[in-house]
Amino acid sequence: MLRFLIRRTLTGLLVIWLISVVVFAIFFIAPPNVAFLLLGKFQASNQQLVEQVTAQLGLNKPIPVQYWNFLVRLLHGNLGYSYYSHEAVTTLIGRALPVTASLAIGAAIIWVVSGVLIGVLSATHPRSIRDRLATLFALTGLSFPTFVLGLILLFFLFYKLHLAGIDWFPGSGYVPLTQDPWQWFLHLILPWITLAVASMAVYVRLARGQMLEVLGDDYIRTARAKGLSETRVTFRHALRAALVPIVTQFGIDVATLLGGAIVTEQVFGLNGLGALSVSSVVNQDEPVIIAIVLLAAVFVVIANILVDILYAVLDPRVRLE
Amino acid sequence: MPLLEVRDLTVSFHTSDGLVQAVRGVSFDVEKGHTLGVVGESGSGKTVCTQTLLGLTPGADVSGQALFDGRDLLRMSPAELQRVRGARIAAIFQDPLSSLHPLYTVGWQIVEMIRAHRHIARSAARARAIELLDMVGIPQAASRVDDYPHQFSGGMRQRAMIAMALALDPDLIIADEPTTALDATVQAQVIELMTKLQTEFDTALIIITHDMGVIAETADEVMVMYAGKAVEKADRRTLFYFPHHPYTKGLLESIPGSTAAGERLRPIPGQPPSLISIPTGCAFHPRCQYVMDRCISEVPPLFDIAGGHTSACFLPTQILGLGEDVDRERASAAAAGRAENGAAARLAARATEEIETAGVHLPDAGVLAGAGMSDRSRGPRTSQNSPDDAGTQP
Repeated sequence: MLRFLIRRTLTGLLVIWLISVVVFAIFFIAPPNVAFLLLGKFQASNQQLVEQVTAQLGLNKPIPVQYWNFLVRLLHGNLGYSYYSHEAVTTLIGRALPVTASLAIGAAIIWVVSGVLIGVLSATHPRSIRDRLATLFALTGLSFPTFVLGLILLFFLFYKLHLAGIDWFPGSGYVPLTQDPWQWFLHLILPWITLAVASMAVYVRLARGQMLEVLGDDYIRTARAKGLSETRVTFRHALRAALVPIVTQFGIDVATLLGGAIVTEQVFGLNGLGALSVSSVVNQDEPVIIAIVLLAAVFVVIANILVDILYAVLDPRVRLE
Repeated sequence: MPLLEVRDLTVSFHTSDGLVQAVRGVSFDVEKGHTLGVVGESGSGKTVCTQTLLGLTPGADVSGQALFDGRDLLRMSPAELQRVRGARIAAIFQDPLSSLHPLYTVGWQIVEMIRAHRHIARSAARARAIELLDMVGIPQAASRVDDYPHQFSGGMRQRAMIAMALALDPDLIIADEPTTALDATVQAQVIELMTKLQTEFDTALIIITHDMGVIAETADEVMVMYAGKAVEKADRRTLFYFPHHPYTKGLLESIPGSTAAGERLRPIPGQPPSLISIPTGCAFHPRCQYVMDRCISEVPPLFDIAGGHTSACFLPTQILGLGEDVDRERASAAAAGRAENGAAARLAARATEEIETAGVHLPDAGVLAGAGMSDRSRGPRTSQNSPDDAGTQP
């Protein structure tokens, strides 16, 4: 177990390092004219000023030296400063991450609970009305573009209700959980639903398929022959076995989402990592982009390790070697 | 009154390929404390027949009657059936690895079953589980109770299944091919354990198998099934020494050790029929070397032979047993029932020819049957090898 952890952490670090090299390299294949961006149109004509800014940012040094400086800073927990706002990148991310985390984790709970439940209920009665409705719902949810769903929710549950004098759901913005949990919840409920629907559809299909397979297994027949109730057979026996691959998928999905939910954040005016990555790409704000990409990579690497550990916890036949 | 009285049980399934007639009007009794052996090839309906009793065949069309202790199992509500399952009728299945939940410990699974029917504390149920595992011969039961099924060997898993089946002291245990998935050496141990515990607990047992050896070791009464019907019923001794139905005769003759040393094994030619398109008349007629004209068109009922021995075959009821003399009698009786060059005559010729070409020569069947096999003082010599496998013997 310890050996497994050490080895997986080392390979994870290798992956993250490789990603940092690739991201760093991309910006030197097509280097942004940073000084120009920072100085604006008029000052950029001043060659001396441009050179001064370039030197300040260390962009006049050879690329390997720049990468080395970047790596040293990174190991000291310093991700550099935004070219644009001159704020520390860690500060920017520290502000955006809680928003994205709130959004992603809340939506994930909604989609996994409802998706698995609907999947289980449709698998216990295959080809019934209930099963067909669940399939229809899943396919609709899957093919609905996120921004369309978000806008529809906003139109009816914010705009129309607002016109009717009911202000249940705020239209945009974010309130930190620590500041006001209730407002935090209210501000996030529409984004949660928006983000959850598409993934829920995937989990309905996944859970249904897994359950149908497991329900045909011999040990389910044994469970029934033991005189257990059908509810217990479904949830304690069948779902328990069907859950293993679902949990694996879930870990990876949540980790990916923690890198930022660009569309949903834009629609609901949430300043999370998705919104931050969009603005930093538009501004060619290299330190911020690199930091976000690395952070997303770290999430995925950690999630992969966690999923492997969880897999061994959930299935006693799996040994971590 | 018998413990279980099954009358005219019929089970069919609608599938995309057509109607599968898995069980076609089977009747049998199981007396308290007795063992009924149900024998037949794969697809003869023996498993469906017994699983239907426990309501484990969802989606099946079921008719008939199955009185268990005076109450019809086929008409019980799901809640009533749930109280019977496990507590009064327990089941043991073929493959103990796939029949045990892979993600729960063996002990957990036994405790769950006890607590589903009895209101006792978890610790008491666990103590009972350890006691049961110890009783079925699991070494260090107190620690192995927390093992997962994959940590058990095949034989131990089936012992654990037996322990689970006995947990609530049921009136009846249905064992569906309990030894088929096990090594030959372990098979004998498991059978021995089952019969020993059955006597101790005074439990009735239905043992389903395609292995005449298992029948010889366990059964009081035997029912031979073919294509969803009972073709012969008798007590064990009668069935082994005085079989009437050519199918039963075929099963017995395809066991290594049933024939004299140096003689050929005689497997049953052909394949069991599909339960979607069952042959007309006697379902066995395309494979029968004694087929007569009426066998093709008429369904033979179960004829009474003597004292509870019944057989669904048109051959004269006095022609019983094995051996060349009896076979000659059968052949001449069958010939009398055939028109020259009729369909029945051609079928019989083909079946006989297939038997002769497929016959497997055993250098010394006696040695094979004697080695490694326990003393069969209770019945004739048989082996643990299944009739199906007979063709693969050297």
